[in-house]
Amino acid sequence: MSRLNEARTPYAQSRVSALGLRALILVGLSIALIVADYRGQGLNTVRRGLSLAAYPLQRLVDAPASAWDWANASLSAHRSLQDENTTLKHSAQESSLKLLKLATLEEENQQLRTLLGAKPASAESAQAATILQIDLDRLRQRVLIDQGAHDGLTAGQPVIDARGVFGQTVTVGPMTTEVILLSDPGHAIPVQIERNGIRTVAMGAGDAHRLILPYLPRNADIEVNDTLVTSGLGGVFPAGLPVGRIVEVNRDPAEPLALVSAQPAAALDRARHILVLSAIPTATLAPPASPATQRAVSAPKTRAVAPR
Amino acid sequence: MSPFARHPRLFSIAVGLLALLLAAIPLPHLLDLLRPDFLLLVMIWFALMTPRIGGLTYAWLAGLSLDAFRGLVLGENAFAFVVIAYLVHYFHLRIRMFPLTQQALVVMSLLWLYQFLLFWIDGITGHPITGWARWLPALTGAALWLPLSGLLARYTHRS
Repeated sequence: MSRLNEARTPYAQSRVSALGLRALILVGLSIALIVADYRGQGLNTVRRGLSLAAYPLQRLVDAPASAWDWANASLSAHRSLQDENTTLKHSAQESSLKLLKLATLEEENQQLRTLLGAKPASAESAQAATILQIDLDRLRQRVLIDQGAHDGLTAGQPVIDARGVFGQTVTVGPMTTEVILLSDPGHAIPVQIERNGIRTVAMGAGDAHRLILPYLPRNADIEVNDTLVTSGLGGVFPAGLPVGRIVEVNRDPAEPLALVSAQPAAALDRARHILVLSAIPTATLAPPASPATQRAVSAPKTRAVAPR
Repeated sequence: MSPFARHPRLFSIAVGLLALLLAAIPLPHLLDLLRPDFLLLVMIWFALMTPRIGGLTYAWLAGLSLDAFRGLVLGENAFAFVVIAYLVHYFHLRIRMFPLTQQALVVMSLLWLYQFLLFWIDGITGHPITGWARWLPALTGAALWLPLSGLLARYTHRS
């Protein structure tokens, strides 16, 4: 079967012990890597280097998709471009009208806040990014975007698309950043029901079309089609961003908690362009960040309770 | 003589890179769930048929590059790859004697072991995923073993 060099010199039995030794060394090295990466930030430079090395390959994988985008943009007919242009102009006018109203409201809000002596709501800046068409891990809901530390991104920044909250940045490489989606089974986001202000947590279920709200009591005032927005707790997402819409409320008399699921507002499996919002300044967060809590922020939003 | 047979080490690296690309190419969700672990299969083949080239270091580097791509916890794939490579090296003379279908069964159990190791490390580091989808690629990987070993043997053929 073997057709390469070792056919001439048989693989000697004496090499087996050397094999065991080498395996032991490499396994030890891997475990050291795992522990170092899990425990602290000591491996940042290694991670950066690896991420940079992987970048050309990731670009290569993404190339067909971006070539298609480019071809679509440059070959689309004059007519359809005109149509698109008019609709965009219309929507721009509408949004500028809304923005005008918003500006006055914001001003009024700031004045009221100063009257109340409250801290001003922090202004957000946003940075556009494109999702690379790469499958990272089939079991998790994560994507890679084309901006990294080079563009000023850090871990724990909220990410939104045109319709709502998308996720947050997790691992930042020099050129790329990994974003964990709302629907990742390890992600939880503090939300609020817009209609009555009930606060709870929405968790991912590994499905781009479903979030679950596991901590609502059976008698909670919640109905199908209620809108979920971020509550602003937790210090990652600013308050008031749309998260999703309740699609199912199941009150089983035998269970103390209602089984509630929601449909995410953002197009988690289709969006190509997203916005990365600036992180909420840590000074406004209640407890000073110790290394451990910093890790918790940079890691996917930690679960409140043990996994199901 | 195939040009690849003259530079087996180069060939193993090129095939490894190709497998890495195949592991990341975007696929529809259902196909993605069935996607076999290409890089691991390639690594097993090299460790089995050409142990001098597909050594433990090759396995470790392959695992590390997969870690660089997936980036959940650095070193978890490297760890699992080395364990699998050690087992293949230890039993390679025996496994080589098996008929191909039986080899595919051995490969399937190795792929399952790989998934179990990842599952275990994920659990320890706090990103557990419990679901049947994790265990699917072992089946597709075993099904792919026959065509893959045929293809790789063809390119490394000496005469």
